[in-house]
Amino acid sequence: MTLYVDKREALEPFAKHEADAVQGKPRSLTRDAMRRLFSNKAAVVSLVVFVLIVGTALILPPFLPYDYETPDWAAFSAPPSVESGHYFGTDQNGRDLLARTLYGTQVSLLVALIATTVSVVVGVLYGAVSGFVGGRVDAAMMRFVDVMYALPYILFVILLMVIFGRNVYLLFAAIGLLEWLTMARIVRGQTLSLKEREFVEAARASGVSTFPIILRHIVPNLVGPVVIFASLTIPEIIVTESFLSYLGFGVQEPLTSLGTLISEGADVLEVMPWLLLFPGATLVALLLSLAFIGDGLRDAFDPKDR
Amino acid sequence: MTSASSSAPLLELTGYSIRFATPDGEVQAVSGLDLTLAEGETLAIVGESGSGKSQCFNGMFGLLARNGRTEGQARLAGADLLALSPKALDAVRGRDMAMVFQDPMTALNPALKIKRQLSETLEVHQGLSRREAEAKSLAMLKRVGIPEAERRMNQYPHELSGGMRQRVVIAMALLCRPKLIVADEPTTALDVTIQAQILELFRELGQEMRTALVLITHDLGVVAGVADRVAVMYAGRIVEEAGVDALFDAPAHPYAAALLASIPRIDRDGGSVEAIPGRPPNLIHPPSGCPFHPRCRFADERCVAERPPLEPVAREGHAIDAGRRVACWHPFAAARAGSAAAAPTPEAVLHG
Amino acid sequence: MLGFAFRRLLTAIPVVLIAVTACFFILRLAPGGPFDQERALPPDILANLRAHYELDLPLYQQYLNYLWRLLQGDLGPSFVTKDYTVGEQIAIGLPYTLTVGGLAFLLAVVIGVAAGIYGALYQNKGLDYVIAAALMIGLVVPNFLVAPILQLVFGVQLAWLPVGGWGDGSWPFLVLPVFVLAFPHAARISRLMRGSMIEVLNSNFIKTARAKGIGARRTVLRHALKPALTPVVSYLGPAAGYLLTGSIVVEEIFGIPGIGRYFIQAALNRDYGMVLGTVVFYMLLIVLLNLLVDLAYALLDPRVRAR
Repeated sequence: MTLYVDKREALEPFAKHEADAVQGKPRSLTRDAMRRLFSNKAAVVSLVVFVLIVGTALILPPFLPYDYETPDWAAFSAPPSVESGHYFGTDQNGRDLLARTLYGTQVSLLVALIATTVSVVVGVLYGAVSGFVGGRVDAAMMRFVDVMYALPYILFVILLMVIFGRNVYLLFAAIGLLEWLTMARIVRGQTLSLKEREFVEAARASGVSTFPIILRHIVPNLVGPVVIFASLTIPEIIVTESFLSYLGFGVQEPLTSLGTLISEGADVLEVMPWLLLFPGATLVALLLSLAFIGDGLRDAFDPKDR
Repeated sequence: MTSASSSAPLLELTGYSIRFATPDGEVQAVSGLDLTLAEGETLAIVGESGSGKSQCFNGMFGLLARNGRTEGQARLAGADLLALSPKALDAVRGRDMAMVFQDPMTALNPALKIKRQLSETLEVHQGLSRREAEAKSLAMLKRVGIPEAERRMNQYPHELSGGMRQRVVIAMALLCRPKLIVADEPTTALDVTIQAQILELFRELGQEMRTALVLITHDLGVVAGVADRVAVMYAGRIVEEAGVDALFDAPAHPYAAALLASIPRIDRDGGSVEAIPGRPPNLIHPPSGCPFHPRCRFADERCVAERPPLEPVAREGHAIDAGRRVACWHPFAAARAGSAAAAPTPEAVLHG
Repeated sequence: MLGFAFRRLLTAIPVVLIAVTACFFILRLAPGGPFDQERALPPDILANLRAHYELDLPLYQQYLNYLWRLLQGDLGPSFVTKDYTVGEQIAIGLPYTLTVGGLAFLLAVVIGVAAGIYGALYQNKGLDYVIAAALMIGLVVPNFLVAPILQLVFGVQLAWLPVGGWGDGSWPFLVLPVFVLAFPHAARISRLMRGSMIEVLNSNFIKTARAKGIGARRTVLRHALKPALTPVVSYLGPAAGYLLTGSIVVEEIFGIPGIGRYFIQAALNRDYGMVLGTVVFYMLLIVLLNLLVDLAYALLDPRVRAR
């Protein structure tokens, strides 16, 4: 069990690793990695937990007797109970906490997905351009990445929050714009090694534009790094979202998220502990399972072990 | 110095074994070794990597990996090293016996100045003040032939060349004037010219200080000019033990013969080098009988079935050599066979 | 050594410049002006306000003016609080932030290094697993979840410690915030320390040291500790940054009047001047801390100095 101290450390080997040959190989590599992943017990258990949480959050809400925003006039601040159907209890406004927790999980995951997608796209493009153009441009672009690494991300997040505060989804798209650094380094490394390959040389000689070729050939090589990157970035964004929501910046009523729920629960912890404990436990379960999955994936795809 | 204590050997290994517990099973790295070393004597331990030659002495120094266990006895001047408490062992290591490791590039602490690494040994073992210890360290650096020793004392290891660092390591081993020095492949990581210088240094020091030396190497060529005696190890056992001249003259064990044949030589026309066929044995499931039989061209049914004991043997036309022991059912088979007949003389190897 | 420090200082300048520039333009280019969200102001007052804060100047002029004042140590005005400049507010809050942050830094290093060394020396024995599990929680559970639970247990139910606030600044008020702030970093440091210590203990020069018979204690403390600390020290720069920004939420939770709280308030009020000033101050502080850590690193590893 080796949890990585940070994302950059976990993915650094991929930035240095040469891109694999393109024909047919990536698929078998992925299958091999999957086999390794599934022999890792902690990762498999975590995967089950994760799928269970996500599945429940997506599927269960329509089948619940209550929705996340309509007050139940018969049950304000009610503790968890099976008879009333409020399995997680209700909040001060009589809203069902189970429905709210599931809905909050959905929002947290959606927000994380948006930010992660944006960061992967930006990272791939930035890294590919940097590696492809090479020379001084490359040096300058990578220097910029290094500078960005040195600066505290959360400060930029709060800056963005000040600007995009009114639209949560836009805010997290913007946060994705801060997360691409590691991805860019990986893609740059792969691009550099691909650029020298014969088929790219051949394409260049025959006058075909080479950048699309490189982009197309890099993609299969990125399966591993992107999956790991996502598994490490999603929890990071979930925490960032919770953090912002906790401080009162992130998701606003009537929307809710795990962070918002935790923030509300923390205020009334003494009298209604369930309002903190259920969303809190959900968040921890999500983060723990993602941590183990990310860890297992990293070990499964580790280029050094091949 | 020699006469009074010569009855008891300086170092005596009896039934000495080392085992490692691994997930795949138990690795028998060294099996029931019996070996003695007299004061002031130089013994070469020769074998391929994985023959247990390094582990043998790591075990004696208490330097095995966590999963390693020792058995039997290893007596240094009468005291069984394997039975000592960690504290008591620390009192012996560095004072009575010292080790020189293979790779001088990594054997020194990159974060400490040379003088600290040297003088602390004296501070701990002889209770010297820092100033006294540094003065003695400086003298020792000069003794091992380091130019500008005063300046080197204040440098860090990365500022020194490989040969220079190996001299520092040797100086460190010599500081307390130990009775025994174990040098584990001391020249392997060095350039050829530096190798010769370091070996020369060992020879001088051996004569001057009357320190017993164990020289662990995979290269019989290194042995020729330095050692008095040679023990050839294979699969955790000694397969042949002999005086250096006797061994080079006519190796009794086929493995020793093969090692000898794999040295590049100038006295043999063509200068071809014979590689030993096959691979070193699996020590979790060692071969039956003689461990060398799968790779030996003289092996017969007896070699497969029965392990030969290590005992004195006679060579045709020679008297029994008391200092010579071989573990083989067909000793001197290689010497009789044609190809390896022209075994090199030590001189030829040395100059080759 | 002095030359090394000077070179590091030179490379820090572009970092600071990029950071300040990015912050400045992100905030200035934000949709809507800083006064938009208040009640619609009469045009002449708005014009006055804009003139007062130089918002009517061309952007590059504003930027250069800002840089020039920053060089003189002026972090600019607050757009909301008229009584204090950004610099004055920071001066008020800084002692609290530095007290909590500094103590947390020390605690994280001490716990992290000690737990890491213990883990390396007693690999895969009972307590090593217990420590690993505890630190795992520290790594994964966010502090805004740990803090309220600790407040409930130690502040309310056991009533051993105050729930929050600064009080007279005595230690009972500091225990929870410092611990909450330090814990995740103690976990990270101990992971780094354990890994690098194991690596160092397996290295050849430790074998040399052990073979010299200088004793286990001396081997670990004199020979292994310094090289094993280098990855930890190189993490301390980022860690100082994380602690500083992490203190934003801790100050908020525990009601500590440090700069983090001002920052949150300014962000909630969309006080662009205050946000910009605080962010720039944080960045400068973090770059400075990174610089100090680099110097410490060079002290530990003689090979770095040569570069």
